[in-house]
Amino acid sequence: MATHIHNESASIDALHHEHTQEHAHEHEHHHEESFIRKYIFSEDHKIISKQFLITGLFWAFLGGLMSVIFRLQLGFPEMKLEFLRPLLGTWINETGKLDPNFYLALVTMHGTIMVFFVLTAGLSGTFSNFLIPLQIGARDMASGFLNMLSYWFFFASSVVMFISLFVETGPAAGGWVVYPPLSALPQAMPGSGLGMTLWLVSMSLFIVSTLLGGINYITTVINLRTQGMSFARLPLTIWAFFVTAVLGLLSFPVLFAAALLLIFDRSLGTSFYLSEIYIGGEALPNMGGSPILYQHLFWFLGHPEVYIVLLPALGITSEIIATNARKPIFGYKAMVGSILGIGFLSFIVWAHHMFTSGMDPFLGSVFMFLTLIIAVPSAVKAFNYITTLWRGNIIFTPAMLFSVGLVSLFISGGVTGIILGNNALDIQLHDTYFVVAHFHLVMGSASFFGMVAGIYHWFPKMFGRMMDEKLGYIHFWLTFIGVYLVFFPMHYMGIAGFPRRYYSFTGFDAFKSFVDLNAFMSVAAIIAFSAQLIFAFNFFYSMFRGRRAPQNPWGSNTLEWTAPINPGHGNWIGDIPKVYRWAYDYSKPNADKDGFTDFIPQNIPLYQTPHSNLPHEQELAKIQEAEDREMKKLVG
Amino acid sequence: MVNFILGLIVCLILIIAFMLFRVQTIVSIVKGHPRVGFSNKVNAALMLILPIAGVIAAGWYSGIAAKYYLPEAVSIHGKQTDFLFWVAIYIIVAMFLVTNAALFYFAYKYQYKEGRKVTFFYDNAQLEMVWTAVPAIILTVLVLWGNKVWWNMMSIPEDQKKQALQIEIMGKQFGWYTRYPGKDNKLGRYDFRLIDEVNEFGLDFEDKASEDDFMPKELHIPVGKPVVLNVRARDVLHSVFAPHFRLKMDAVPGMRTQFFFIPTKTTAQMRAELGKPDFNYEIACTEVCGKGHFAMKYIIVVEEEKEFKKWYAEQKPFLENNPEYRGKGMKSLLKKNLADSEKNKKQKELAEL
Ligand code: HEM
Ligand SMILES: [Cu+2]
Ligand SMILES: [Cu+2]
Repeated sequence: MATHIHNESASIDALHHEHTQEHAHEHEHHHEESFIRKYIFSEDHKIISKQFLITGLFWAFLGGLMSVIFRLQLGFPEMKLEFLRPLLGTWINETGKLDPNFYLALVTMHGTIMVFFVLTAGLSGTFSNFLIPLQIGARDMASGFLNMLSYWFFFASSVVMFISLFVETGPAAGGWVVYPPLSALPQAMPGSGLGMTLWLVSMSLFIVSTLLGGINYITTVINLRTQGMSFARLPLTIWAFFVTAVLGLLSFPVLFAAALLLIFDRSLGTSFYLSEIYIGGEALPNMGGSPILYQHLFWFLGHPEVYIVLLPALGITSEIIATNARKPIFGYKAMVGSILGIGFLSFIVWAHHMFTSGMDPFLGSVFMFLTLIIAVPSAVKAFNYITTLWRGNIIFTPAMLFSVGLVSLFISGGVTGIILGNNALDIQLHDTYFVVAHFHLVMGSASFFGMVAGIYHWFPKMFGRMMDEKLGYIHFWLTFIGVYLVFFPMHYMGIAGFPRRYYSFTGFDAFKSFVDLNAFMSVAAIIAFSAQLIFAFNFFYSMFRGRRAPQNPWGSNTLEWTAPINPGHGNWIGDIPKVYRWAYDYSKPNADKDGFTDFIPQNIPLYQTPHSNLPHEQELAKIQEAEDREMKKLVG
Repeated sequence: MVNFILGLIVCLILIIAFMLFRVQTIVSIVKGHPRVGFSNKVNAALMLILPIAGVIAAGWYSGIAAKYYLPEAVSIHGKQTDFLFWVAIYIIVAMFLVTNAALFYFAYKYQYKEGRKVTFFYDNAQLEMVWTAVPAIILTVLVLWGNKVWWNMMSIPEDQKKQALQIEIMGKQFGWYTRYPGKDNKLGRYDFRLIDEVNEFGLDFEDKASEDDFMPKELHIPVGKPVVLNVRARDVLHSVFAPHFRLKMDAVPGMRTQFFFIPTKTTAQMRAELGKPDFNYEIACTEVCGKGHFAMKYIIVVEEEKEFKKWYAEQKPFLENNPEYRGKGMKSLLKKNLADSEKNKKQKELAEL
């Protein structure tokens, strides 16, 4: 919105915002938006963000439910699952057990849904949309229209994926990485038929959605920051969203290419990934293709994708931890540096997913070196979070609990990356439950915690009401314990060699142990899942009946809390606030002498806080004062 | 009926819980909302108690589950990777404990207290240096060590390569098939277009080396002798995984991969040691390949060289069992195909006339 008006008299950059704001008024006066424009085909970033959120939560519920079903199979292999027949129909076979093909389909859908629909669209889509304009001081995204399209492409992608659950041959079932030739040949498994076609269509739509969103986030952060909001003053949330969008923009097109070639192989008879195949009693004509090519293309997205999922969660955590420890985030510069470092490195480690694919051992060596470098910035982030807590004054809001939980999960899952990144050790552990434990802790659970923390924290801004805290505490502790009880034991199984994506382990002597442990993990999974129902209740109940939120419930410094409790389209009623300081002036010494408590918001000029300014800020305070005086003269 | 009553009870409990929740909310609205209440203390205490309980439980379980972890390594490289693995595990467990302890202890210790003085501490170059350097050094050590083990495994000395036993293992939906080179120790040519129900490997019998190749039901290897597994797949990706040998290699259609190893313990020795007379080394599949992925089992038998030689000599080549394949190969197939297509063309032309 801010971009498509142009006013000749806006000669001074600073005045730009005044005009947008006038325009915002106009907007409000002239056309009352229809319900459809306001809530469905909305261009308001806040509505779009909620659309992403609700869709993401829907998928999270479905994805979680799937995991409960296959955990039943794994934990209680003898159990009769007749009672699921009304839901699953013929996927429960005559003996009352889950069909092995459908087991794989469930695992595949669970992975796809969680990684892409929940933790990419649901997390990044929600919070990038919601927070970027509000925290950088913009009236909306650079292009509200593209933003709207971004959601509707995601919606279309969701619809297609959802339909694929109901086709006769079942949804895609080759694992969330859908490696060909399995995924390319309908005769290889039922899931590679129509289900796989729909998967590819859905993912293509999804990629379009991500790209539209990403371009918008990047443009908005670069162009629409309010006065004074330099990159060095961006909250870490915005840094994280920004780098995430860049990663997405550079890596998703590669996935698109991979998917496109797969579509060609499936329907046009090309041989990009296929060679020398004899299946279903006949030799296929394809020659010269390479399944390994697909793996390279896939993981060139796949590895950055894990950070696309994680970085926003880390950004959210930085904000929440600083706010609730009432203390500046420790090592802001190092935090930004490690986000950038991780972002860069994440593009040159992908082949650590392929150590046993038969690639050249020299490449294996190179990718081990690069992979282990990425552990360093990750470690730096963890240490900075911990130090932020040190000598703080910590308020355990539900958001804060989930953020602390995230840091713990990030560490616990991260350390096993050190082992997996070592190619000699990965030979034994690749594609076992050790990997499942690693990525569920470091990516799945940590990012999910970030998403939940973000919801608890920004719920008052989104809906103008507070979520219930007690339910939040219960939700946290059940989830936190549940997650550790589900995923920690998987390390033991992985070390013992249990392969992943196995319907049952009883066929092997080597995998006969851990029967009790498997049952235990399944029970823990059911408890952790049930705890999410408490959250769902709290979420929807509070949306309508929660306590009314004050304007700045957590005592935060960032700009979104200066906007009205229920901001309209355009976010601020008067001028957009100007930014004078970084976002982390919590518990600044002597702030009380300036009339502040334990936080000084970003829109407070340094010259109003002479007592609490640090030595290097005194100089800046004078400059700001002079500038503002100048500006007043111009406007007046 | 029982279900109905159970359902009713669940509903009642839910309703009661909801009422309690309502009352609590209303009371809290009426009483006003303190910024930080008693729950903060509870949460802080849990931050201390639960992680400690968790670590104790994990330690206890690690003890009793120790016998199920990594099975003993029975290959030379496996012993090297295991040593590195356990050292790395101790390092990461230490990292895990130290950092998590700091995290939760600080969370507990610095819980909200009215009037606590927060230290405005937001940057420290030395600290950042330290915790960049320490992980970097630890990782460097692990990387260099790992790299050495990796190359030990991947670069096969020339002499060993020459004397190594060449075995082919092929994955298909859903099973493993192995092929031995026979007396000449040379695996014969194959082509996927020659595959049929009997000739599972698609052996090309125009190649002399194929004539003595045999395909047993189990993978036999001699202890202490170098072995090269030549891995291939017929339909989709599979992956050979033999946990005791620390061996894993993807089976890729259209691309041959290899894994070199030296077994160190016979099946008989292992049976005696474990006291399990029916113990067997197993191969599993670790690349999802369809419905039967979880059931692609194959047995490896490691035996003394003498026994192995005896077994080897007893195996009958494929051609002996299926003499009709003698001389059949790619050349004859292509010739036949060409002739067929000529014939087809002729017929078509005739039909068109
Ligand atoms: C400390 C730094 C890390 C290192 C050294 C590392 C290393 C690795 C390696 C080598 C693998 C491949 C294992 C295998 O398949 O055999 C892997 C898998 C994985 N990692 Fe990490 N990792 C690190 C951090 C992360 C983070 C931060 C995330 C997520 C945000 C993550 C997510 C994943 C995922 C999703 C997989 C499994 C993908 C699959 O096969 O389905 N890792 N990691
Ligand atoms: Cu990776
Ligand atoms: Cu398989």
